Amino acid sequence: MIRDHFRVLVMDLAAGKGKVVRVDGRDEVAGGSGLGALLFAKYGRIDKPWDDPEQPVIFTIGPLTGYFPLMSKTVAAFKSPYHDQYAESHAGGRSALALKFADLDALVLTGKAPRPSALVVGSRHLELKEVHYLWGKDIQESGKLLRRMFKGSGHRSILRIGPAGENKSAMAGINVDTYRHFGRLGGGAALGAKNIKAVVIIGDGSFPLMEGKDYPRLFQAVYEKLTATDMMQKYHNLGTPVNVAVLNKLKALPWRNLQATSDENAHGISGERFAETALLRNAACAGCPVGCIHIGFSRERFQTDHRFFYRQVSYDHEPIFAAGSMLGVTDCFAVLDILDVVEQMGLDVMSAGVALAWATEALEKGVITEKETLLPLRFGDHNTYEKAVQHLAYGVNDFYRLLAQGTLKAAAHYGGADFACVLGQEMAGYATGEVFFASQALGFRHSHLDAGGYAYDQKHDDQDVGKAVEFLVTDEASRAFLTSMVACLFARGVYTDELLAECLQVVGYGALAGSIDAVSRRIQQLRWQTRLATGFDPAAVSIPKRFTEVVTWKGKVDGEFLAVLKNEYARRIAEMARREDHP
Amino acid sequence: MKILTTPRLERCIGCHSCSLACARLVHGRLSWDMAGIRIASSGGLSTGFEARICLACNPAPCAAACPTGAYAQRRGGGVIVRKKLCIRCGDCAHACPVGAVYLDPGGEPFVCLHCGRCVPYCPHDCLEMKEVGGGPADKAAAPEEAA
Repeated sequence: MIRDHFRVLVMDLAAGKGKVVRVDGRDEVAGGSGLGALLFAKYGRIDKPWDDPEQPVIFTIGPLTGYFPLMSKTVAAFKSPYHDQYAESHAGGRSALALKFADLDALVLTGKAPRPSALVVGSRHLELKEVHYLWGKDIQESGKLLRRMFKGSGHRSILRIGPAGENKSAMAGINVDTYRHFGRLGGGAALGAKNIKAVVIIGDGSFPLMEGKDYPRLFQAVYEKLTATDMMQKYHNLGTPVNVAVLNKLKALPWRNLQATSDENAHGISGERFAETALLRNAACAGCPVGCIHIGFSRERFQTDHRFFYRQVSYDHEPIFAAGSMLGVTDCFAVLDILDVVEQMGLDVMSAGVALAWATEALEKGVITEKETLLPLRFGDHNTYEKAVQHLAYGVNDFYRLLAQGTLKAAAHYGGADFACVLGQEMAGYATGEVFFASQALGFRHSHLDAGGYAYDQKHDDQDVGKAVEFLVTDEASRAFLTSMVACLFARGVYTDELLAECLQVVGYGALAGSIDAVSRRIQQLRWQTRLATGFDPAAVSIPKRFTEVVTWKGKVDGEFLAVLKNEYARRIAEMARREDHP
Repeated sequence: MKILTTPRLERCIGCHSCSLACARLVHGRLSWDMAGIRIASSGGLSTGFEARICLACNPAPCAAACPTGAYAQRRGGGVIVRKKLCIRCGDCAHACPVGAVYLDPGGEPFVCLHCGRCVPYCPHDCLEMKEVGGGPADKAAAPEEAA
């Protein structure tokens, strides 16, 4: 449905009642990321901690969701348990189309359910169901039960948390439809703090389309562009894991807690190896013909006789980095075994893998002992890591409870901050150099996707601070608009501003179509203002020493250049947030 | 006469491009449901996908059940739909043995017309228009009409 405003369901979990609210601002903030910040301003409390029952957990979609291919993502906005500041995390699956067909631009959860509960929303349905019997169940088992308990198979999305979210781990993600995740910055704990085990979104609404042939014609053109590009081929073929061998060869793949950037055994976890030996099939987010999801299998022999069970586990470059190279694990099936446990626990894999890599080096160096880790963590020993992942999710002792709040929090207590691979949060799988390190350390989501810093490193040999920071700021604005539509960022090469303007125009958002640049900057500014209002100080961000010891294909990282870049980017962020005028 | 078939549905990745194309191009809607082909996971996403689609019965039980002639036998299987004649009784949906007819909240039925407009949108070539011979009901089939 095309509206000049937002239709938002605000659910009071304490009362068990919801209200549909009309929120203005479509032409100012578009949707997605922009709408998340707008709704946080309306419902969030900057003066209260992340787990205060009043804090909202917000899910938003955009003006093009469902209308065009790859407009298939949902933005989750919440105050993060990781840094107690405003945060976003993004996921696909069926979540975006399900919200669209539930006739909602956003879902806002406020208050705290009195008992563990599942929220079920649809275009003609709203129910808060008490589900204490699901509390404690892992992602797979709770998923199976939820599928049986609620209607709408195929045309619904099931968001759920695992034990990590229930235990309020700052590394807990929200699982979406088994294979996708709101992974980063602790969204799972934000739901757990509200006693929400699951959110089931039933996409049972339908809308009339614009009359005439312009829309189907443009859809066809966009569809052809998206399915004819190299991008389609890349994601159809090996998927993102193609990066493993590429980065390793480039000396840009973090190994064993970033003690190295390449390893001769990388072929054991390369995209090629996964595809040849472990790939079962592919899957897609609803509304995306690309289908980048790669699903491998993990099987376990549970008797001396040849008796096995198996599970299907999705993999990508980032999970392979986090559970593979970062932990020194060089066998693709061993990686999948770890990923399977991470999935069942409902942890963010990047955070968990990087945290355990730090713990391993800290144990090696004697900074901590087995009294803390309870296990003889050793790079390459995947069986031990499977157990450690569970310890982390359940928070079995003080050490794991602290580690689950963030590697630097554990390092502040035990020591070893110099080699904590933290850039705002646990690092992503790119050791490409200074621009990426500054980009993730300061980026809004502390994500490799905030801006293309890793690509900039690969394309530029110069050390032009002004040019690099200008790139980060400009690229971030452009991505902030895309994540307000809400597009999958894999489609960013196709969805240029010109094409987005055409798409917005044809579905009836003419004002947005004519003001993309201004709206992009406004969303960027609004997000930073919200983040800084909740306590973020860009000038105070520090980058651990380990990142200055990294050697890439360019040689050793230049610590001075990194420091200047970081300071200049921090200055620009503060400047964006300070500006009072909306561009 | 051709019918829509799903000979390679094991390749399905659940992108819903087919359903969305049918809703968009045939019914002028943005919808997961108002479409002649609808995709669902067959018992959870880990077990793959199935398509809810008209199997082109010949004779078609939905046509036999329709009291007004809104659903009439199509030559080669399936039905010709005349929306203007529909009284929204839902008998067609109840008569379909494989759940291929979707009733919207107002009772309007949606079923595959075997037009094939969804086929080019499948990225894995799961769908195919297939030529079929006449079935037993063809002798008594209604003349073909636009839906």
